[in-house]
Amino acid sequence: MGREKTLVALAGQPNTGKSTVFNAITGASQHVANYPGVTVEKMTGSYRYDGAKVEVVDLPGTYSLTSYSLEERVSRDFLLHEEPSVVVNVADASNLKRNLYLTFQLLEMQVPLVLDLNMMDVAKRRGIEIDVKELEKQLGTTVVPTAIRNGTGKKELLKSIHAVSLSERPSEPFRIDYGPLESFLTEIEGELSGNGALWANYPPRWLTVKLMEGDDEARRLVRKNHSNPELLLAFVEKKRQAFESEHAEKPERHVAFRRYHVADDITKASLKPKAASSQPLSDKADQFICNRFLGPLILVGVIYLLYYLSIVQGYNLTNYTWPLLAKLRSLTESILPNPGFIEEPLIRSLTLWFVDSINALLNYIPIFFILFGLIAILEDSGYMPRMAFMLDRLFNKFGLHGQSTLPMVLGGIYVGGCAVPAVMSCKGIPDERARFATILTIPMLNCLAKVPLYVLLINIYFVGHKGLAMFFISTITLLMVLPVAKILTRTVLKKKETSPFIMEMPPYHVPTIRGVLGRATERVWLFIRKIITIVAVIAIIIFVLLQFPGLSNERKAYYSTQKDLVTANFYKKIEGNPYAEHVQGKNLMALVIYWDKYKNAKMMAKGKDAAKAINERFKEENPIFFKIAQPKKDKDAKKLNRAFKKVFSARKKLLREIKKEKIDNSFLGQIGHAMEPYTKWAGFNWRINVSLLASFAAKESSVATLGALYEQEEEGESLETRMEKGEKGFTPLHALALMLFMALYPPCIATSIMVKIQTGKIRWMVFSMIFPIVLGIMVATLIFSGGNLLGLSGLQAMFAFYGLALAITIGMGFLKNE
Amino acid sequence: MTLDTLKPGSTCLVKKLTAEDQLGQRLMDMGVYPGLRLTVVRNAPLEDPMELELGGAYLSVRHEEAKFVEVEG
Repeated sequence: MGREKTLVALAGQPNTGKSTVFNAITGASQHVANYPGVTVEKMTGSYRYDGAKVEVVDLPGTYSLTSYSLEERVSRDFLLHEEPSVVVNVADASNLKRNLYLTFQLLEMQVPLVLDLNMMDVAKRRGIEIDVKELEKQLGTTVVPTAIRNGTGKKELLKSIHAVSLSERPSEPFRIDYGPLESFLTEIEGELSGNGALWANYPPRWLTVKLMEGDDEARRLVRKNHSNPELLLAFVEKKRQAFESEHAEKPERHVAFRRYHVADDITKASLKPKAASSQPLSDKADQFICNRFLGPLILVGVIYLLYYLSIVQGYNLTNYTWPLLAKLRSLTESILPNPGFIEEPLIRSLTLWFVDSINALLNYIPIFFILFGLIAILEDSGYMPRMAFMLDRLFNKFGLHGQSTLPMVLGGIYVGGCAVPAVMSCKGIPDERARFATILTIPMLNCLAKVPLYVLLINIYFVGHKGLAMFFISTITLLMVLPVAKILTRTVLKKKETSPFIMEMPPYHVPTIRGVLGRATERVWLFIRKIITIVAVIAIIIFVLLQFPGLSNERKAYYSTQKDLVTANFYKKIEGNPYAEHVQGKNLMALVIYWDKYKNAKMMAKGKDAAKAINERFKEENPIFFKIAQPKKDKDAKKLNRAFKKVFSARKKLLREIKKEKIDNSFLGQIGHAMEPYTKWAGFNWRINVSLLASFAAKESSVATLGALYEQEEEGESLETRMEKGEKGFTPLHALALMLFMALYPPCIATSIMVKIQTGKIRWMVFSMIFPIVLGIMVATLIFSGGNLLGLSGLQAMFAFYGLALAITIGMGFLKNE
Repeated sequence: MTLDTLKPGSTCLVKKLTAEDQLGQRLMDMGVYPGLRLTVVRNAPLEDPMELELGGAYLSVRHEEAKFVEVEG
C-alpha cells in the first residue's frame, strides 16, 4: 500500500477526448518522447494530489489491444510491464457499447481501473442517460461521469484515481462469459497453472484468452517464460482447431463477438435512451461536407485557406520577426573582432555563417506556428478524416493513403510548403507501406526554399513565359511524386505491412483555443530542439568545406599588393587635405567600419525622426568621421568623401574576388570541378555543382552561393544580370534541367532528421537522400542531353517532359496495387 | 450478398466476416460483427470508400474491404 510514486496510465479509444483529459489533469507539465525502439510517441505529464506527485502516461488511442498494430502492442506492453497504479479508461459516453469492447480487455488484464465516462454532455444532448451505479455494479469497477471539455468532473476523477490507487485489487475480478469457449479456456488454464514466472507475472485469465485467440505476442511470452513451451503451444493449437471445427468459427472471432454481446447486455441494463435518437448534427453536416460536388469544392477551399494563412500570411509575419533576427546578427557582429581591410578573422566569418544558417531556419517559425495551429484545428474539429475519406481513392491508386492528403498539402502540393511539418504529420497514417511512401516522396514537392532558384532562373531564361514556367514547375512535382510513390511501394517498400482503411468518422467538434495553441507551441518547440542543433553542426561542416584550404601564399601576397596600391592611391589623392591626418594607419579601417555601420543604420531607419536620431548618434560617436560621411558644404570633407568612396568600393571588389577564389580553391569547389565531367550531361558546370552541394544544409543557400560565384562588376547589378553575363553558354535547356534537379533535390538536413524520426531508421534517412539524387540526375540528363539531341528549345522540352510525366502518372494509376 | 454491393441508404444485417487475420480483426475491433445492423450512409465523391453507420458511430471502409462482409437485407 501507498507506493512512493503513483503512476497513472490513460487508455482509451480514439476520439473519446483522451488527450483533453490528459491536458486537463497534467496542465503545462508535459513531455514528449518515444517508446523505446519504436516511433510511437509517448506523452507523459504529472500533477500533485494531496502533496504527492502523480505521474501520468497518455497511451496511444486504440480500439483494441491485439498484437496487430504497433500502437496496440506498445499500450499492451506498457500495461503488462510498467504496472501502473491506476489505469484510467477514457470512454465516449455517447458510444458506450463500442467503448466497452476495450474496457473488457483492460479488465481482463486485471489492471486497477477507473472508467471515465467522458463526453457526458454529448450523450445528454443525444438523449442518452446512463445509470452510473448500475454500470459500476455490472463491471465491478469505479465509474466517473465527466465532460472534461466543459471542465465538469475533473475533481471527481482525480479523487477516484486516488482512491483506486490506495485500494486493494478486487479478489473476484470481472469476467466475461465466453459461452462455449469457456470449457476450452478452463483446460488451457489448467495446463498453465502454477507454471513459474509465466503464472506469477501475467494475469492468467488474460493469457489464457490471448493464447486461445492465437495472439503472437502471447505465444512469445510463453516461449520466453514457460518450462515446456512447445508442448503447451501444441496443446493450445489443438484446442483452437477443435473449437473451430466444433463451432465453425475461429476462437478469436468468437471472443470478439462475445465481448460485443456482453457489451450489449450491459448497455441495455445501464442505458436509458429517452427517445429514438435523431440524426446526429455531424451527419447532417456531412451531407454537405462530403457531398459529391460540394465536398471537393470545400476541400479546395480549406487547402487554399491553409496555404493562405500559413504560407502567405505567415510569410508576411516574418517581415516583423526578421528585423529581430537581423538585430541578433548585428549584436553578434558587434562583439566579434573587426574585419581587416582584406582579411577577415576566422572566428568572425565562422560565427556569422553559423548565425546566418540558424537564422535562415528560425525565420520559418512564424510560418510553422500558424501551420501547426491550423493543423491542430483540422485535427480537433474532425475534418481531417473527411479529407482522407474524399481523397483516398485517388491516393490509393498510387500506393498512398487517404491520410496522405495533409502531408502532401503541407509539403507544397502546389508551391511553397515545407517538408519538415509535412513529414512530421505522416505519423497518423495507419498503413505502414503508404506512410513510408508518403514520407519518402514528400521532399520532392516544392518547399519554400526551392522557390528562389526557380524565380532566378525563370527571370533570366523564360522571360517571355514566366507564368507558364512557374505553373510547370509548381505542378510537375506532383506528377513525379505519384509515379515515384507507386514505384517505391512496388519495390523497396514491398515488404512493409499494409493495413486496411477502416477509419472512424468522429463527430465534429469546436476546437478549444488552449488545445490548439498548446499543440502548436509544443510542435514548434520540438522542431527547434530537434533540428537546430544538427543544422548547426552541418552548417559548420559546409563552412569548413567552403573555406579551406584557402588561398596560397602567392595569391595572398598578390591581394596584399592590390590593397597597398588602392590605399597608396587614396593617400596620394588626399594629400594636403586637413582631414587626411584623421584617416592615417589604423584609422582608415576604423572609418571603413564606421561607414559600413552608418550606412546600414540609415538603411534600417524608418521615417525622418529615426534618421535624425541616427545622425545624432553617429555624430557623437566620431564627429570627424561624421563630417566625412556627411560633408554638407565642407569642401575638404567632400573631397575626402569622394576619394574614400572609391577605396570603399575597391575594397568590396577585392573581398568579392577573394571570396570567389576561396570557393574556387575550396574542397567543395574541387569536388564541384571533379564532378563536372559527369554532370555536364545534365548541363551543370562546376559553379552550379558547388551551389547545389552547398545547398545541402538548407536550399535557400543555393541562390546565395551563386551570388558569391557570379562576381558583381558594377555596384548594384542584380544577380540575374550577373549570371547571364557569367554564363554566356547557358541556355533555357540548362535552366530547365537545373530547375527539375532542384525540384528533386534531396531533403534538407531538417527534413532528413524528421525522416529518421518518423521511420525510426538511419537506413531510410540515407535512402531518402540518395534516391532523389539519382532520380534528379536522370531527369536532368534526360532534359539536357535528350533535349540537345532532339534539338528542342527550353520551352519545347518543358512541354515534352510534362506530357511524359502526365502519361506515366496516368499509366501508373491503372496499374493494380499488389 | 456482400456489403460492397449495397447502395447508399440501404440497411443490412451482418451475417459473417470472411476476411482472415488482420482485416477481420480490424473490422471486429471497429465494431463490425455478425448480428449487427448497419446502414450505408454515403459513398465518397470518387465512389470509394463508403461510409457506414453502426449504432451511432460512423466508419469509412474501402469497397475492396467491404467485400469480405456478408450481409442480408
